[in-house]
Amino acid sequence: MNATDHDTTMLQVSGVEVRFGDQRVLHDIDLSVQAGTTTAIVGPSGSGKTSLLRVIAGFLAPERGAVRLHGAEVTSMAAHRRSIGLVAQDGALFPHLDVAGNIAFGLPRGTPRRERRRRVAELLELVSLTGEHASRRPDQLSGGQRQRVALARALARAPELILLDEPFSALDAGLRENTRQAIREILRVTGTTAILVTHDQDEALSFADQVAVLKDGRLRQIGAPEEVYRRPCDVETAQFLGDAVLLPGALTAEIPGRLSAKAGAVWDSATPLGSVQVELVCPNLATAHLTVGGAAGQVMLRPEQITLSDQGVAGTVLSSQYFGHDTTALVQLEGVEAPLRLRQLNAVPLAAGTQVHLAVQGSGVFYPAFTDCSACAARPAPVSIIPRSAAAALVPATMD
Amino acid sequence: MAVPLWLRAAAVIATLVAMLPLFYLIIRLAQFPLPDFLDTVFSARSARLALTSLTLTGTVTALCLILGVGLAFLVTRTQLPGRLILGVAAALPLAIPSYVAAFGWQSMNALINPGTSFEGFFAAAIVITSVTYPYIYLPVVAALVSVDPAQEEAARALGRGPVDTFFSVTVRQTAPAITAGTLLCAIYVIADFGAVSILRVDTFTRAVFTSFSMGFDRLGGVALSSVLLVFTLCLLILEGRVRRTGTRYSTMSGEGRARPARFSMGRFTLPILALAWAPVLIALAVPLSALLVWSLRGVSRPGSLGEIGSALLNSLWAAGLAALATTAIAIPLALWLARRPSRLARLLERTAYLAHSLPGVVIGLSVVMLGIAVLPALYQTMWMLTLAYCALMLPLALGPVLASALSAPPELEEAAQSLGSSPGAGYLRVTLPLMLPGILSGALLVLLTTIKELPATLMLRPTGFDTLATRLWTYTGGESYAAAAPFAAMLVLVAAVPAWMMISRLLKEVR
Repeated sequence: MNATDHDTTMLQVSGVEVRFGDQRVLHDIDLSVQAGTTTAIVGPSGSGKTSLLRVIAGFLAPERGAVRLHGAEVTSMAAHRRSIGLVAQDGALFPHLDVAGNIAFGLPRGTPRRERRRRVAELLELVSLTGEHASRRPDQLSGGQRQRVALARALARAPELILLDEPFSALDAGLRENTRQAIREILRVTGTTAILVTHDQDEALSFADQVAVLKDGRLRQIGAPEEVYRRPCDVETAQFLGDAVLLPGALTAEIPGRLSAKAGAVWDSATPLGSVQVELVCPNLATAHLTVGGAAGQVMLRPEQITLSDQGVAGTVLSSQYFGHDTTALVQLEGVEAPLRLRQLNAVPLAAGTQVHLAVQGSGVFYPAFTDCSACAARPAPVSIIPRSAAAALVPATMD
Repeated sequence: MAVPLWLRAAAVIATLVAMLPLFYLIIRLAQFPLPDFLDTVFSARSARLALTSLTLTGTVTALCLILGVGLAFLVTRTQLPGRLILGVAAALPLAIPSYVAAFGWQSMNALINPGTSFEGFFAAAIVITSVTYPYIYLPVVAALVSVDPAQEEAARALGRGPVDTFFSVTVRQTAPAITAGTLLCAIYVIADFGAVSILRVDTFTRAVFTSFSMGFDRLGGVALSSVLLVFTLCLLILEGRVRRTGTRYSTMSGEGRARPARFSMGRFTLPILALAWAPVLIALAVPLSALLVWSLRGVSRPGSLGEIGSALLNSLWAAGLAALATTAIAIPLALWLARRPSRLARLLERTAYLAHSLPGVVIGLSVVMLGIAVLPALYQTMWMLTLAYCALMLPLALGPVLASALSAPPELEEAAQSLGSSPGAGYLRVTLPLMLPGILSGALLVLLTTIKELPATLMLRPTGFDTLATRLWTYTGGESYAAAAPFAAMLVLVAAVPAWMMISRLLKEVR
């Protein structure tokens, strides 16, 4: 880590391990969060998300490992001395205080009344609530309003970092979208560093600058949303982050001018959909594992990458579902057991039995058959893909 | 969130102090030579007492079951005219302590048939039934109201008729409430001291008290207490079992729930109305009108007002101390139970409920022995009286305090800490204000219930310290009804407050 990194790193979690009795709920967690960015920790329920959040907040002491805030270790510091705000799932507003009382709760004691009132008004405006809300009781607010007040209350102390614990999960679908956008905008305007915990992959992908995928207490992958969605490090992660089409495939030839078995290497592969360009993403692969024409495995594509075309591999539509904004179809290919799911935007449903031809847009991801990710090194290093332009420049030394 | 050590320590110490009488009774039991003890327990007298106690309990419980379930059904599931008024009236006898009712019936008899005496087994059965059936009536009403109509509708949709549905779905779901209420009722009857003493029925409780007041036969008192303890334990264990299996019937309370089906009584409406109102009116009118008549004569006696005033002040003073001490004990225990109940916390809670269900004479006797043998300096002081009250009343305070502690979830204290409050400050600024209503209503409940308490007060009050209850007792013993009546009336007024709190909660549900 170099000096400039250090200056912008707000939170550094290193080697954190948590046990409840015999059960290990967090294994060797490494996570760093840059100042002014939003990170989403996403994982299925029981993956350890909330435990990680409570370690950062200071409500749970890790067995091992350290939490640093601005480079200073806070692992054993009491929660109320860390400058970390928390917005709980249901807001955790104090029911005996009105909205103004809740927002002003964290202001230093002895703050003059006028200053108090000014800050409350300012924060109410920030979260798009009006002065008349100030005297309401929490039970007189809607779910979305409660979450806004909870955010305003956390922001009142201008914390270094705000933790959002599934703050939208109690809201119904329409309200959730609006509240999510509003809160994202507030965090951006105030330049607040935030960590969002969620089990909803769409929410994680749309909300955050950085997505960390947590599964069974381990961080599987950390990266930009488009990175983890397009290049998930293993099949499980691919399926967790969205619909995945998995095809049997074998590497055929490395496209000239690319790195070989390193993460980011681009190959051609033979699949039931014809030749598909694939990338290797697992950082723990070695060249020895791969031989042209020999490595068999799975090719992962997203359903929206498969499109209808005039020519290409033929298949039969089994069924089609219409969702309004998009349409999905299950298509049976010759020689492939499981039907493929494809997603088309702005299309009408296809009748069952229709013959279609399929083509692939963009590149997929290749997972070699021998890769057993759970047995792989206990801590997959964060995947960092070398940009293609940079990779191209490195070519001659390794290839040939 | 972990429960701080100091809180756990406070809860353990406080609860153990409150449970001291119970533990001491067990210690004393173990000290008697076994043959003597067995001789006393298995004597002819003991058998007579057991027969009377159990027959009375059985008779009263059966009568209460019929009255309680019948009235609950009529109020919640029929189109009987004026069913809401009937619903409230049927719960009102809750406000009449059993010994006040006994006094009321006896003094009514003195008005109508002067020279005859109203006492004995059947008199006691009628009087105790008239004030105890609400213990079955109230939970059954609550259960009938909370049966999810959707399940009844499902049964109807599956082809069952209304009566068939009532017996195959509704009654099955109310069965745990009926059973639990019945056992609770039996526990109250077996623990009753005042009514059986006034009406001169020889039961265990009366015998324990007699052994205390006549020459103080310790072995007799303790041996009889142990039998009472065993009876009560059996009933409590049964009740706990029913309550556990009963929870699976609990239903979700959704919005916009359908209303339950209500039966029309058709041409039987008038006879059923008469049948329903008769016992309720008798239970209320007989004691209350007697109290009214005798009170008017009583307050005109010279010096009576001063006597009533000082007894009221004494009652308030003793009960106020009890409320303060009991609530102080309940707060740490409630926080512990609400936050992370360990096995120890659960054990403390269950012990508290056991002591509460024991007859007041048993706890009273135990504290008397404790005072004489261990703490002679405190014997016959307010300290020992307060100790007995704590043992008897702890669950009353624990209920509302625990409910309020549960309504202040630990997430709120964590939120306060994430906003910069230290754990202590967070407790003071968030949890305590949220618990305050529960603490106050717990204290009020203890205050009002303690004023009615009779046996422990009689056994432990400092010499010359007279409360409303002890005055009523003394005057009843001398059959001076006019002198006793004003105290009885005051006690009804006091008891009416917690009774009304229960009834108004019920009304909200039935409507």
